[in-house]
Amino acid sequence: MPNIIVDGQTIEAKDGANLLEVLLNEGINVPYFCWHPAMGSIGACRQCAVVGYANEDDTRGRIMMSCMTPVSEGARFSVNADNAESFRESVVENLMLNHPHDCPVCEEGGECHLQDMTVMVGHRDRQYEGLKTTYRNQYLGPFIGHEMNRCITCYRCVRYYKDYAGGDDLSAFGSRDRVFFGRAESGVLENEFAGNLIEVCPTGVFTDKTFSKHYTRKWDLQTAPTVCQSCSLGCNTYTSERYGEVRRVHNRYNHEVNGYFLCDRGRFGAGHVNSANRIPQAGIRNSDGRYDPVDLETALSAVSDLMSSSDGLIGIGSPRASLEANEALIQLVGEENYCNGMTDNECEMHQVILDVLASDLITPAMAEVEDYDAIIIVGEDITNHAPRLALSIRQSIRQRAGELAESSGIALWHDAAVRELAQAEKSPLTLLTPMADRLDDVATHSIRLAPNEIINKTIEITNAVNDATPSSAREIAQTLIEAKKPLIVSGTSLNSPNILKATTNLAIAVAQHNPETGIFLCAHESNSVGASLLGSDRSGEALLATKPNTAIVLENDIYSRFAEGALESIDHLVVLTPLDDSTASQADVVLPAGSFAEAEGTFINSEGRSQRSMVVFKPKGDIAPSYQLLTRLAGHAKQASTLRSELAARHEALQPITSIAPNEQFRIAGSKVARMTHRSSGRTAMSADISVREKRQPEDQESALAFTMEGNQQQAPAALRTYSWSPGWNSNQSIHKFQDEVGGPDRSAVDKRPLFEQTRRLTPYDISVESEFDPGQIVILQQHIFGSDPSSNEAEEIASLIPQPYVRMNSTTASSLALTHRGGAKCRDIEMMVLVDDDVAEGCLIYPSIPATTALAGVASTDFTAIEGWTAPSEAVKASLITTDGAR
Amino acid sequence: MSDRPLTKNIVDHEGPTGIARYEARGGYSAVRDTIGKLDPNAVLDIIKDSNLRGRGGAGFPTGMKWSFVPKPDGKGHRYLVANADEMEPGTFKDRLLMELDPHQLIEGMILSAYTLSADVGYIFIRGEYHVAISRLNEAIAQAEKAGYLGDQVSGSKFSFKLHVHVSAGRYICGEETALLNSLEGKRATPRTKPPFPQVSGLWGRPTIVNNVETLCNITHIITYGAEWFRQLGRGSDGGTKLFGASGRVKHPGCWELPMGTPIREILEGCAGGMADGYELKGFLPGGASTDFLIAEHLDIPMEYETIMQAGSRMGTGTMIILDDRACPVGMIANLEKFFARESCGFCTPCREGLPWVQQVLDKIEVGNGSDSDLGILEKQASFIGAIGNTHCAHAPGAMEPLTSGLKYFRDDFINHITSKSCPYSTNQSAKRGVS
Repeated sequence: MPNIIVDGQTIEAKDGANLLEVLLNEGINVPYFCWHPAMGSIGACRQCAVVGYANEDDTRGRIMMSCMTPVSEGARFSVNADNAESFRESVVENLMLNHPHDCPVCEEGGECHLQDMTVMVGHRDRQYEGLKTTYRNQYLGPFIGHEMNRCITCYRCVRYYKDYAGGDDLSAFGSRDRVFFGRAESGVLENEFAGNLIEVCPTGVFTDKTFSKHYTRKWDLQTAPTVCQSCSLGCNTYTSERYGEVRRVHNRYNHEVNGYFLCDRGRFGAGHVNSANRIPQAGIRNSDGRYDPVDLETALSAVSDLMSSSDGLIGIGSPRASLEANEALIQLVGEENYCNGMTDNECEMHQVILDVLASDLITPAMAEVEDYDAIIIVGEDITNHAPRLALSIRQSIRQRAGELAESSGIALWHDAAVRELAQAEKSPLTLLTPMADRLDDVATHSIRLAPNEIINKTIEITNAVNDATPSSAREIAQTLIEAKKPLIVSGTSLNSPNILKATTNLAIAVAQHNPETGIFLCAHESNSVGASLLGSDRSGEALLATKPNTAIVLENDIYSRFAEGALESIDHLVVLTPLDDSTASQADVVLPAGSFAEAEGTFINSEGRSQRSMVVFKPKGDIAPSYQLLTRLAGHAKQASTLRSELAARHEALQPITSIAPNEQFRIAGSKVARMTHRSSGRTAMSADISVREKRQPEDQESALAFTMEGNQQQAPAALRTYSWSPGWNSNQSIHKFQDEVGGPDRSAVDKRPLFEQTRRLTPYDISVESEFDPGQIVILQQHIFGSDPSSNEAEEIASLIPQPYVRMNSTTASSLALTHRGGAKCRDIEMMVLVDDDVAEGCLIYPSIPATTALAGVASTDFTAIEGWTAPSEAVKASLITTDGAR
Repeated sequence: MSDRPLTKNIVDHEGPTGIARYEARGGYSAVRDTIGKLDPNAVLDIIKDSNLRGRGGAGFPTGMKWSFVPKPDGKGHRYLVANADEMEPGTFKDRLLMELDPHQLIEGMILSAYTLSADVGYIFIRGEYHVAISRLNEAIAQAEKAGYLGDQVSGSKFSFKLHVHVSAGRYICGEETALLNSLEGKRATPRTKPPFPQVSGLWGRPTIVNNVETLCNITHIITYGAEWFRQLGRGSDGGTKLFGASGRVKHPGCWELPMGTPIREILEGCAGGMADGYELKGFLPGGASTDFLIAEHLDIPMEYETIMQAGSRMGTGTMIILDDRACPVGMIANLEKFFARESCGFCTPCREGLPWVQQVLDKIEVGNGSDSDLGILEKQASFIGAIGNTHCAHAPGAMEPLTSGLKYFRDDFINHITSKSCPYSTNQSAKRGVS
């Protein structure tokens, strides 16, 4: 650790860091634009200039960019030197020549890094008298607005989009003072992680359209720390509300999970909270079969009557509901009458995941995936099923670049140089998938196989780990054996327990060679792992086989999930759900459950990490968290923390969930943590049309957060922090003020006890492939980032990108079924476009897992018939752009 | 042995030197005598000994530059690139060499590639040089046929493939790392150094980029030796140099003269002095991106160090003359317009700063300047003008005529502002946009 001298003070610098990082780590405010903690340095904006001195006698020094300056023992610098300060001021003055100064109407205002840096350098008086450059903006899709006039040309957007996220439809065009950042022509940005542009852009060029569609200032939002419910990865988010509606979701830094970035489903999918399909009020089905809206008390007593008169009562829990809600259901119906709401197949798959999490195999956190230098992905479409993980895998393939840079003496933060040196060199990434995959562009081996062949191939590779006979399987096995840290990835998207078992066997075999071997298995839903811990021994089918006549269903669309026959015995159905779905439409009583933004909850993600999601705002009317509704049915409302303690008391292994975040008694110097910013301005104006008197803010009995601007915010631990702010740092760039070193863990993050002992030695599973797949034509339900998550589908922007129904197959399969490319096919009255794509494995018929195809569950291949003279709807073409369309 | 090795084959009205005439005058004998016969390290020592300095403008010792190339690792290509993107305003020396003696460049590149163990070469040439492009292509075909290029050069184990890459035309492509990015099909923005191209250049591989004139010297140094080359110069720098003069001189042109030839000899001897009725007001000694010098500097020898001491740079060695009837403010405004237009747009001071400078100069030139404008120019010049403040040398180079102009022609700037017009212009109202 070299010691450097900055303005006369000796600072111990982190090895290998650049000067900007060292200064920020010390808490010294140095302005910057183009540098980003996750993306390194390129030296474009020149904003982080300091003066460097050759030696003790050098009094003049010279201007240098701190982000491009390595630190060495005894090096001398000044941040405060007059010439450094005036240079930094000039940078902002020059950046501002063409900036429109439209802060009063700019969405970024109040959280704008450009505003912060302008204030920081002290630039105030403008001398420029010329005209400003203006640009034509583009339509970039439903998520992201474009206002190029605000651009300060820091190049962060293209570096993020192309270099980091692997996108190819956003570029820098033109030169001199007319560089344009956009697409070749207007159109939906194709990358699944495009939404991060909003946070990567230091000013308001790329803005959140879903936020902008209703006017509000960012400092008037009420925010709570939440956990994304869109997949099983549990990315940390901030969800913000105003006027009883969710207005935006943005990234909540978690060093071990999502770091600085989210996927677009997570960022833009929370619109379901505001959906017209919300259940706003309890309802009871009347004799005409229609729903009468009733008050909650009436509904609850109707449920009590049903329960007491039932002949066999069961509770069907949910892998989408929190542990607290599932526990409340268990307490209501009794453990013996509860199931976690998963199918036989889902239970079997998630039991493998539980086995692995509890075993001595290394199960890395998502962020740690970036450190693995050889990866194999077995039968999982990561980008569509667990999207954020794909972004981490994209970084892992740069391990090879890192090795090359190290051997050439190039610092890893020197981003442009590392990429230039490495060119197309990448670490091995093998994909075994039935069709083209979004990660193909970074894969070294892309192998297209039908699901049964994926299992066979994985078994072959497993055998080849210990068998040096040259073969294609051995070649892949070798990439894993020869790696410093090999990683084996799979998941539940192909719905095959055997794929997970074969993958685990492969990990066991590789781990015998290298104890650093990791395995990452993607669960299916936001709390699949948590629900499995509560009862994976009994599936929904198993419980339904007891022929109960009354069921209480917790946030689970069982009429989509289970085959209809399984539900035959149910005469009386009580449904707790935030959204109207096929199950709600079958219910006798519907109870209005709070969405994730209205209910506190603990969720366990794919890596076995338990995380707390907090209430953002008090729901309207009778809407209440499911756990409250269920505990009221049981006699008396319980707090979430009580349910957690009771759950932990029964399940010793779940003890850690009580301590991952402070409970409702937590105070900072006597104060709760404020959900509103200290700059909140519109509180009295919000209801001024009704009364100018300020309404009393609702009290929060459930958590240590308060629905006010009063309270402590800055000292809140990460799990309770409601927004990232530090004096002078109003944007998300303030995160480094909460880190001991930039890009490192949050200073206040709780050192969590793992949920799993991670000691058990796993013995390889026995696998019989024949039992699972018909060797002929195999129907595959393709996951779609926009379309396969029932909640986010209710967000109108996401809904606009759901693909039209299609069925995809290779030309051999197509000709055997007499189907033609871009022609129509019909199955159970659902019309779909035929996509003939020779990148689909032989014999596979792939159709999308989207609302329009729910009715196709269990379909057989021969059911597809051609439609004569069919013309494809134009939306189908548009939507196919955002999916992996080998035929495009 | 000629005292003007670079242009010895160039004879007025004879057209380009074809391979027959080139060989008849001793061409390619160095290739035959060197490739596979002399150790590349021995050749490198000769180049180092010769003290040859880069002729593209920066004057970096060529042998030293080459010595930074790592030893061959057998893992891929190594590249040699001739920088023929001659876009410095007032500069036309490389064009002369490529149009009239293309084999000289090719032979120089073969020998350089051999020295560096490079197996692929590019001549990165600006698109406007279409005559040179076609003559180079023709010459390369002749050299390939004769066995000097391609696999097993001159029957040795050494292979060298040479390509002409026609640039789309950006001044910044003359910056060697922007050139490499452009050659890779990327945006022509310079790269940060380190890493230097010698270590991680074209497609991340070891690469040497040299100016055309520099490479043309290599054959002669290998043929006649380092000592011969050093003695060609009149001062401390070795060899000859193509010098040029443009502007209101009697005979504008380009001449090969010994390094260290005094400016006065070039201007008054070769160029015949100022045109009748014009007096010398100042001159840019080495192209548009060098500081103005004035009459008192005429006796300084054209050499890297001496010009530096006088406050300018030798640059490309081709002078632009400012006479007493041309407006210095107008000339500088015109230059800054060029530099602002040619900014790659990567770093802030250059991208935003140059257009502002240009706007202020335009304003002063047409008589709309105000007292505060000189302050803005000076502040911007110090903001943009130092190496290290910007990502590459483009903007600092652009500031050289401005800062020196403000020093030598300050009265002219003040006259523009106080008289609210350009004293040199006969059509002032049209310039100011007043009809």
